[in-house]
Amino acid sequence: MSKNKSEYLINRHDNQYEVVIGLEVHAQVTSESKLFSTSATKFGAEPNTQVSLVDAAFPGMLPVINEYCVKQAIKTGIGLKAKINKRSVFDRKNYFYADLPQGYQISQFKDPIVGEGKVILDMPDGQKEVGIERLHLEQDAGKSIHDLDPKNTFVDLNRSGVALMEIVSKPDLRSPDEVNAYIKKLRSIMRYLGTCDGNMQEGSLRADVNVSVRKKGSKEFGTRCEIKNVNSIKFMQMAIEYEANRQVDLIEDGQIIDQETRLFDTKKNETRSMRSKEDAHDYRYFPDPDLLPLEVSDDFIDNLKSEIPELPDEKKKRFIEKFKLSPYEANILVSDIETSNYFENVIKKSDVKLSTNWIIGELFAALNEKNLEITESPISAGNLSKLINLIKDGTISGKIAKTVFEQMMEGDKDPKKIVEEKGLKQESDPKALEALIDKVIDDNRDKATEYKSGKFKLFGFFVGQVMKVSGGKANPQLVNEILKKKL
Amino acid sequence: MSDITKQSLSELVENIKSKKLSSSEVTKAFVERSEKSKELNAYITEDYANALNKAKKFDEKPKLDLKLPGIPMAVKDLFCTKDLRTTAGSKILNNFVPTYESTVTQNIWNEGAILMGKLNCDEFAMGSSNETSFFGNVQNPIDKNLVPGGSSGGSSSAVSAQLTPITIGTDTGGSIRQPASFTGTVGLKPTYGSCSRYGIVAFASSLDQAGPMAQNVKDCALLQEVISTYDEKDSTSIDFKRNAYSKELTKDIKGKKIGIPKEYRVDGMPKEIEDLWKKGIEYAKDCGAEIIDISLPHTNYALPTYYIVAPAEASSNLARYDGVKYGFRAEGENLTDMYEKTRSEGFGAEVQRRIMIGTYVLSSGYYDAYYLKAQKVRKLIKNDFDEAYKKVDAILTPSTPSSAFKIGEKTNDPVSMYLNDIFTVPVNLAGLPGISIPAGHDANGYPLGLQIIGKAFDEQNILNISYAMEEKINFKNNITDWWIK
Repeated sequence: MSKNKSEYLINRHDNQYEVVIGLEVHAQVTSESKLFSTSATKFGAEPNTQVSLVDAAFPGMLPVINEYCVKQAIKTGIGLKAKINKRSVFDRKNYFYADLPQGYQISQFKDPIVGEGKVILDMPDGQKEVGIERLHLEQDAGKSIHDLDPKNTFVDLNRSGVALMEIVSKPDLRSPDEVNAYIKKLRSIMRYLGTCDGNMQEGSLRADVNVSVRKKGSKEFGTRCEIKNVNSIKFMQMAIEYEANRQVDLIEDGQIIDQETRLFDTKKNETRSMRSKEDAHDYRYFPDPDLLPLEVSDDFIDNLKSEIPELPDEKKKRFIEKFKLSPYEANILVSDIETSNYFENVIKKSDVKLSTNWIIGELFAALNEKNLEITESPISAGNLSKLINLIKDGTISGKIAKTVFEQMMEGDKDPKKIVEEKGLKQESDPKALEALIDKVIDDNRDKATEYKSGKFKLFGFFVGQVMKVSGGKANPQLVNEILKKKL
Repeated sequence: MSDITKQSLSELVENIKSKKLSSSEVTKAFVERSEKSKELNAYITEDYANALNKAKKFDEKPKLDLKLPGIPMAVKDLFCTKDLRTTAGSKILNNFVPTYESTVTQNIWNEGAILMGKLNCDEFAMGSSNETSFFGNVQNPIDKNLVPGGSSGGSSSAVSAQLTPITIGTDTGGSIRQPASFTGTVGLKPTYGSCSRYGIVAFASSLDQAGPMAQNVKDCALLQEVISTYDEKDSTSIDFKRNAYSKELTKDIKGKKIGIPKEYRVDGMPKEIEDLWKKGIEYAKDCGAEIIDISLPHTNYALPTYYIVAPAEASSNLARYDGVKYGFRAEGENLTDMYEKTRSEGFGAEVQRRIMIGTYVLSSGYYDAYYLKAQKVRKLIKNDFDEAYKKVDAILTPSTPSSAFKIGEKTNDPVSMYLNDIFTVPVNLAGLPGISIPAGHDANGYPLGLQIIGKAFDEQNILNISYAMEEKINFKNNITDWWIK
C-alpha cells in the first residue's frame, strides 16, 4: 500500500505502474501584432484579413522580430523562475504544408530564449515542484479547413506568424491531477504576467503530452508516446489515462511500446497512431539566415524584472502571513489575478475574515450558479465591502445580509440603499427590543412558565418568535441578552 | 543627339540637369535601342510604354536636384517591382506580379529614375552563364556565341550593349562581378548588409547582396550611393555611416597598401589571367599603391563551403514556391502530388539540383558533417581576411579564372561551371565588398576583369582604387552592334 494518498498508479495483476508525463505547452503570446510582422492577432476575425505579405511568404519578404513578444517571453521566463538566455537563435524548422506559407516555421531549436526553471504545484498532500526544461519563441502556422468543400481544402492564414511560447516541462508529472494543477498554475502565472490569456477555447493554450509508464520503483523511463495538440485539460487527462493504460496493457502482454506520435480522438476517447519514429519528419533545422541571433542586455532583463507583478506563490505567502488566511483560502484567492485583485479591493476597508468567507462562500457560489467570472461579477468589490461593513457594525444581521446580497446580485446596487429602502436595518435599540420581547412573553405565557420550570429548550422558540415579529431585523445578540434577563 | 545611348550615366545626368536632353529623349533612345536588340534576349519583361509615359511626366515637372533625374533603367528580374511581373527567371513565378517594391529599386525611383523593364538572369540567380533562365539564354554583346556570365547575365549584357545606362544585379557568389568581367563592365558587390534585401527574391540569405553594374567606376559609385541605405525591414541590414561615394570619389590612392594573395594562383590558371594580374599589379603601382604579398590560407575551401551554405539556404528559401499561394501550380491528385508536380515542372534542373544538395546537407545525420563544418570553415575564411586587413587596405585578384566561355560549353558540367566563382565566392562568404573592373582582353579579344576586395563597409576605398586604375588601364570594349540588323 502506498503511504501517499494521491499517488496515481495503474494496477495490473501483481504489478503497479507509475505514469511519467511531460508537457510541451504552446501558449499564444498576448500581443497586438505577430512575431515577425505587424499584422493584427485578434481572435475570430474574418479569414485571411490579418495577413501581411510576410505572413503569406511572398517572394523577397523578410521577418523582423517583434520586440514586445521578446519581452513577453522573457517576462514569462522570469515568472517561471527560469534562466534567461542573453543570446538566443531563431532556427528554421522545414516542412511542407498548405497552411505553412514559408515552407518552414521560424522557431528556436538549439538556443532558446529561456532555459531551466520551475513551477510549484499545490496538491492536496503538499507542494510539488515541476521542472521547466526550456521556453522558446516560435511562429504559429495557419489553419487548414477541410470540411467546407468535399474536394478542396481552404486555408486561413490569420494565425500564420502569431507568436507562441513553447514551454517544455521536465518529465516530472505523475498523474492527470498533477497535469491539471500544472496547466492551471502555468496559466495563472501567465495571466498574472499578462503574457498569455490562457484561453483554451480560442486555442491560446494547447499542449503536446508525452506519456510513458514504468513499474513502480523503477528508475528508468519507459518508451514515450507523444499525444499531439490537445486543447483542454479534460482531454489531456482523458488522453493520459487512456494512453497509460494502453501502454501498461502492451507491457503486460509482453509487447514493446513504439516511440510514436499519437492523436487523441475526443469522440472515441482513445489515442491512435499518427506516425512512428521511423516516419518522423526530418525538419532540417538550421539558423534562420534572415535573422541575426537575438541578444538582450542585462539592463533589458532587469527592466523587465522590475515590471513583474507579485506572482501567485508570493501573493499566497503574503496572504497567509499578513491576513492570517489558511493555505486553502489563500490558494483559492490567488488562483487568478482578478480574484486576488477583487479580494484585495474588498479588504481595503473591510474585515478580512468576514470578507474571505463572503467571497469564497456566497460570492463564488452565486457566480458559479450564473456561470460568471469574477470580472463579470454583478457586485463590485466596493459594494461587497460596504455590505460586509454593514454586518460588522451591526447594522444588519448575517441573515438579512444574505437577502441584501441576493438583491445586489440582480444589479450592482449600494447595499446601504437597499437596507434603507426596504427597511432592513437591524433593531438594536434595547428599549424597542424590550417592548417586543415583553409582548412575545405576554403572548406566550404558558411557554414562559414551562421555561421557568426548567424547559430551557424553549429559549430557541422565544428567539424565533422575536425574530419573526421583528421581521428578522432584531439584533440577535441583544435579543439573547434581554430574553435571558426577562425570562 | 544620336549618340545618347553611348553616353555614360554621369554624362546623361549632367545633360538632363543642364536641360540639354530631356528624360523623354533619353528614355526613347534606350527604348529604341532595346527594341532593336531583342536578339540578345536581355529582357524578360519590357515596360517601354510606361517608361515613356513616366519620362513625359518627368519632363512636365522635372526634378533636377535628384541623383538620377529621369534616367531610364532596366533592372535584374530578381527585384520585386510593384505592378510589374517579377519572375526570378523561373517558370514557377512566370505569372507573378508583386504588389510591392524592393527597397533597392524604390531607392532608385525615389531619385528620379524610370523603370524600362526586367532583365534576364539565371533561374533564382543560380548559375554563372544565364543559361538556367526559363526565359532562355542571353547573348554576350562581345560575341554572339559567348555567355554574358551569370547570374546577372541580362544585366551585364544590357549595360555592355548600352540598352540601359546602368543597372543593378545581385551577387551571391559572384553574380555581379563575374558577368561584369565577361562583358567588359564594372560591377560592385557591396558589403553584406549595405543594401537591403527586402523585396529581392532570395537565393541564399546570408550571401545575397544587391549592387550596381555600370560602364565605368564613377557611374557605379553614383548608383551605390543611391541604393545603399539602412532598412528596418531587413534584419540583416546594417546601420553604418555611408559615404557619398560619387562625391568622395578620388584617384589619389598613393600609399594605399594592396595585398596579393598567393593562394589565388590556382592550378591550371590560364597564362593570360596570370598576365592580367601582373599587369594589374603594375597599374596599381603606377597609381602609387604599395603592393604586399599576403596569404589567405583557407581559400581552397571557399568553393566547397559555398556550395554547401548557399544550397542549404536556398533549399529552405525556395520552399515557399509550392503552388499554394501564388505563381505556377500544376494540378495534382492531392496536396503532396500537387507539390511534386508543381515543383518538378516549375523549377529547372539547376535549381532542383541545388535544392537537393541543400536538403541533403541539412538532413539529420549529415548536418554536422556538412552544414556545421561549412559554417566553421566560413569563419576561418573570414578570419583570413581579417588577418590580411591588418596589413593591407585592399586585395587585388583576377575576377574570374577565364574569359567568357561559349554558350553550351559548360552546361553539362556543373562542377566546371561552379569553378567560375572561385575568386568571387570567398568575398561573399566573408561578407566583404568586391568590385570587378575591366582590365584587358584575352587572345580572342574577350574582356578580362580584375577584382578589388575591400574591408567591410569600405566601398569608398575600393571604388577609389578602381577609379585610379581605370584611368591607367584605359579599357575599351569592342562592341560591334552585330545583333542590330
